[in-house]
Amino acid sequence: MRIFVVVMTILVFCGAFAYVSHSAMIRYGDPPYTEMDDYFIRNGQEQTGANNIVTSVVFDYRGFDTLGEASVLFTAVLGVGITLRKGSEWGGKEI
Amino acid sequence: MSKIVRSAADLLYPFILTFGFYIVVHGHLTAGGGFQGGAVIATGIALMFGANRYKVISQQIRGKMLRTCEAVGLIMFIIIGLCALIDGKSFLYNWLANADWLFGHPVTYGSNTGDLYTAGIIPILNIAIGIEVLGGLSLIILYMLSGVSEE
Amino acid sequence: MLANFPFIAVGIIAIAGIVTMLLRVNIIRIIMGLTLLEAAGNFLLVAIGYRHNSIAPIFTSAPEEKIRPPAEMVLPTVQAMTLTSIVIGVATLALLLSFVMAIYRDYGTLDCRSIRKLQG
Repeated sequence: MRIFVVVMTILVFCGAFAYVSHSAMIRYGDPPYTEMDDYFIRNGQEQTGANNIVTSVVFDYRGFDTLGEASVLFTAVLGVGITLRKGSEWGGKEI
Repeated sequence: MSKIVRSAADLLYPFILTFGFYIVVHGHLTAGGGFQGGAVIATGIALMFGANRYKVISQQIRGKMLRTCEAVGLIMFIIIGLCALIDGKSFLYNWLANADWLFGHPVTYGSNTGDLYTAGIIPILNIAIGIEVLGGLSLIILYMLSGVSEE
Repeated sequence: MLANFPFIAVGIIAIAGIVTMLLRVNIIRIIMGLTLLEAAGNFLLVAIGYRHNSIAPIFTSAPEEKIRPPAEMVLPTVQAMTLTSIVIGVATLALLLSFVMAIYRDYGTLDCRSIRKLQG
């Protein structure tokens, strides 16, 4: 029963991938719709002053996403601290 | 761990920290930035955790210092972003770029050898994120090691 | 079809991750399958943004013939998305492994067929 489920899953994923790669996949090395990235490459160095365009995108043009990502890291550390807590009922002491 | 491993780790520790801070501060000139450099520094701290006993090393690298690092990093990021609201512009606007005040040398289009004093608030945000990531990842390692008993 | 080989490799890694998650019994092997799936997603993002005969989007000491406008550089926004995705993957993995440690402290085994209580 389990082997049947696994084989059906693999067949469905291979079929979906074959369909997408035939009709909807882009060519490797030739991405379409690059107007926004061309604007960043042309104007990124003068507007922000950074030589690294990826850093200027991460911290200047899309800085709000970086704030969300820092919050996700903070919340993950909070979750680990709560799960692995040693209270007095287990006989351990605080870190 | 044996004395050879502890001595080698003590020898490598300052070099790993310096390399990590170099990657953090030069994020706007070459590949790198806050997240990558913070991960390298957390790797150096993990080396010290792996080479020494937990009872010895948790007196040197305390959990309270790492919690303070993490919180200070995130608060610094938000305060630098809020300072842009004073001039009437939006949150996280680059209010120091091309301004001749701090990190404000202007840059023209083209290939140059890299000037550290450019790029506005981007180096300050890199340092804030670097401090937060080193605190966060080291704190994860500290919490997980406290739950494992020594043999 | 061989020119699209990176996308075929993404599919192979994704299917390997899914098969690992379905066939293994040890919980830590299942988490390894999830990590393979996240790696396939990051690989797809980086492979989409590639242009032929282009350099990295960094202007420090870049060769002169690739910078004259229009500049031949790789797309930078997709690499920014990949950075965010990697950090979120690390955060998810840390939380999952701490749950596995708490499960092992309570049950004493890591066999997913015998961890079936829903309360208590």
